[in-house]
Amino acid sequence: MNIIVCVKQVPDPEAPPASFKVDPAANKVVPPAGVAPVVSPFDEQAVEAALRIKDKQKDTKIVTLSLGDNLVRDVIKKPLSMGADELVLLEDPAFEEGDSWSTAYALSKAIEKIGSYDLILCGRQAADWDAGQVGTGIAEFLGIPCVTVAKKVEVGDGKATIERVTADGYEVIEAPLPCLVTVSNELGEPRYAALKGIMAAAKKQPKIWKPGSGDGDTIAVSADEIGAKGRVTKLEKLFQPVKEAKCEIVEGETPADAAVALAQRLREAKVI
Amino acid sequence: MADNNGVLVCGEVAEGKLLAITLELLGGGRKLADELGESLSIALIGSGVKDLAQEAIAFGADKVYVVDDAALKDYQTDSYAAAMDAVVKSANPRALVLGQTSMGRDLAPKMGFKLKTGVSMDCIELSIDPSSKALLQTRPVYGGNARAIFSTGGMPQIATVRSKAMSALERDDSRKGDVVPIEGAVDAAAARIKVVSTVKEEVEGVKLEDAAVIVTGGRGLGGPEGFQELEKLAKTMKGAVGATRPPCDNGWVPAAIQIGLTGKIVSPDVYFAVALSGSSQHMAGCSGSKTIIAINRDPEANIFKEAQFGVVGDWKQVMPPLTEKIKELLAG
Ligand SMILES: Cc1cc2nc3c(=O)[nH]c(=O)nc-3n(C[C@H](O)[C@H](O)[C@H](O)COP(=O)(O)OP(=O)(O)OC[C@H]3O[C@@H](n4cnc5c(N)ncnc54)[C@H](O)[C@@H]3O)c2cc1C
Ligand SMILES: Nc1ncnc2c1ncn2[C@@H]1O[C@H](COP(=O)(O)O)[C@@H](O)[C@H]1O
Repeated sequence: MNIIVCVKQVPDPEAPPASFKVDPAANKVVPPAGVAPVVSPFDEQAVEAALRIKDKQKDTKIVTLSLGDNLVRDVIKKPLSMGADELVLLEDPAFEEGDSWSTAYALSKAIEKIGSYDLILCGRQAADWDAGQVGTGIAEFLGIPCVTVAKKVEVGDGKATIERVTADGYEVIEAPLPCLVTVSNELGEPRYAALKGIMAAAKKQPKIWKPGSGDGDTIAVSADEIGAKGRVTKLEKLFQPVKEAKCEIVEGETPADAAVALAQRLREAKVI
Repeated sequence: MADNNGVLVCGEVAEGKLLAITLELLGGGRKLADELGESLSIALIGSGVKDLAQEAIAFGADKVYVVDDAALKDYQTDSYAAAMDAVVKSANPRALVLGQTSMGRDLAPKMGFKLKTGVSMDCIELSIDPSSKALLQTRPVYGGNARAIFSTGGMPQIATVRSKAMSALERDDSRKGDVVPIEGAVDAAAARIKVVSTVKEEVEGVKLEDAAVIVTGGRGLGGPEGFQELEKLAKTMKGAVGATRPPCDNGWVPAAIQIGLTGKIVSPDVYFAVALSGSSQHMAGCSGSKTIIAINRDPEANIFKEAQFGVVGDWKQVMPPLTEKIKELLAG
């Protein structure tokens, strides 16, 4: 079984909201000082989904694929330390500032170059732009079926059986291999990297691919199909919504007094 | 491309009724179409959906494209995409608008890549640029910490819209419109993926999306017992119980009651936020509430920047007397 997992590096989405800043002139997010980027959380769950398959089918090979520029090695190698086998990076300024379209296109070309795959896993959405499109896009470029928002992925007999989360439960879906599945947090906690895994990951060198002819360390894409130049959407404006902070803190001698005072205050204000 | 015209809404039907989000999209779509001076159409895709065409017209549609086929009983990516493709070819719209629902999340990107055009997911506002007639798509990004406005190069311009971001029109049965059946769009045999079974995880009591009062608990409740306390307040106020993600991930409560960016979007009159920090991803699902009331032991918690009323304290000491007092006030 050959599995490819697409893993994106993002600014830490759990950083305190107060540390979040936008540079409105540049239409860009200013990375908060001292907060390290992370693997997008749903992508970590996608890695976990792959590892659960590998736990049962030992001859499984897991390759993770990341596109970006200046990828932090300790961050982007995390899937390796969790147990993935190989890492491919599309690392070049030309890949930067893409949208779902140009990112999915470049990733699909890299996947074609990797060549053999039975299953491709993505996160349901990247925790920076929250789009949730790249998985579907890769599948469409490769001409394979796609199942989104999975909480369970099992493979066997040439097909994948997927539990897809819906608004009020889930549905069980069967898809022929190869297929692409996007993974959601309902899958469960990703495993921790054990010390042995971290040491093994430290020794592994990523393959780094650039745009080019497809030969050597390049994938077959032209510069106007990828990154900012390959976009089909335009970011007109990025801004932070203004919030008026005006919480009325209700106090009391004891927590119980405060609770009673709150109830009375809510009644007065006709909230209840 | 120049002849793309009008706004097309993708309708959704459950249990023989148009979903609330569909009525909202018709309301919002009507405004966009009027601004453009063009027409509003809707695609009704499913099995036994043609009877709903008049209702869609009563809620604002000028034209209803119906793809009614037994093979479309349940949502399935390939067959619905084929049906939608046939409607788009026929309607040739300038904009295609779907709900940010289980189906919209799946179908919108599929249509974007199929039709080679851009998609904006989970928009909270759509407007028309008066000079270029471009659809401007506003969506929260970075977990709700920022907003982005996008435009699309290709046609149709595709967007999904968050529930409750637009409002439905009053039903007007005197409105007139055309119904256009589309035949032969679906080849059931071509569907690559198969829905084997559907499992509903019923949550008892008032539905979250309909509740006027929601009592939501976070990681600080420490376990399922904490939610029993919230249940009492919810019951007293005939409301529903919600949760942030950690209680769902930990199995304290069913995943279906998660509120937030990747959970349910709610906008009740009263939202109690108990022992939750107020992360941007959680607030994405509840910031439309009329009044937010925070109970948290940390005075620095972000939720106090979002709430209108708050008590700083341990929920174990605050919730029981709060519930008692509210019960007394409501009875008296
Ligand atoms: C892409 C993405 C999507 C996400 N989608 C969602 C989503 O849809 N919904 C969602 O909720 N989260 C979502 N999250 C997770 C989100 O980022 C936060 O991790 C989560 O909302 C935190 O939940 P919490 O506030 O319950 O927990 P915490 O942030 O840990 O807060 C617990 C709070 O409880 C308080 N507390 C502790 N003990 C007590 C006590 N005894 N009495 C009173 N107060 C107490 C603490 O002071 C603290 O403020 C998403 C994350 C990502 C990256
Ligand atoms: N730059 C990237 N590198 C690797 N994988 C990516 C990248 N961007 C998106 N993906 C994958 O596509 C998923 C959905 O991303 P998005 O559509 O941007 O929300 C992510 O969870 C990743 O699995």
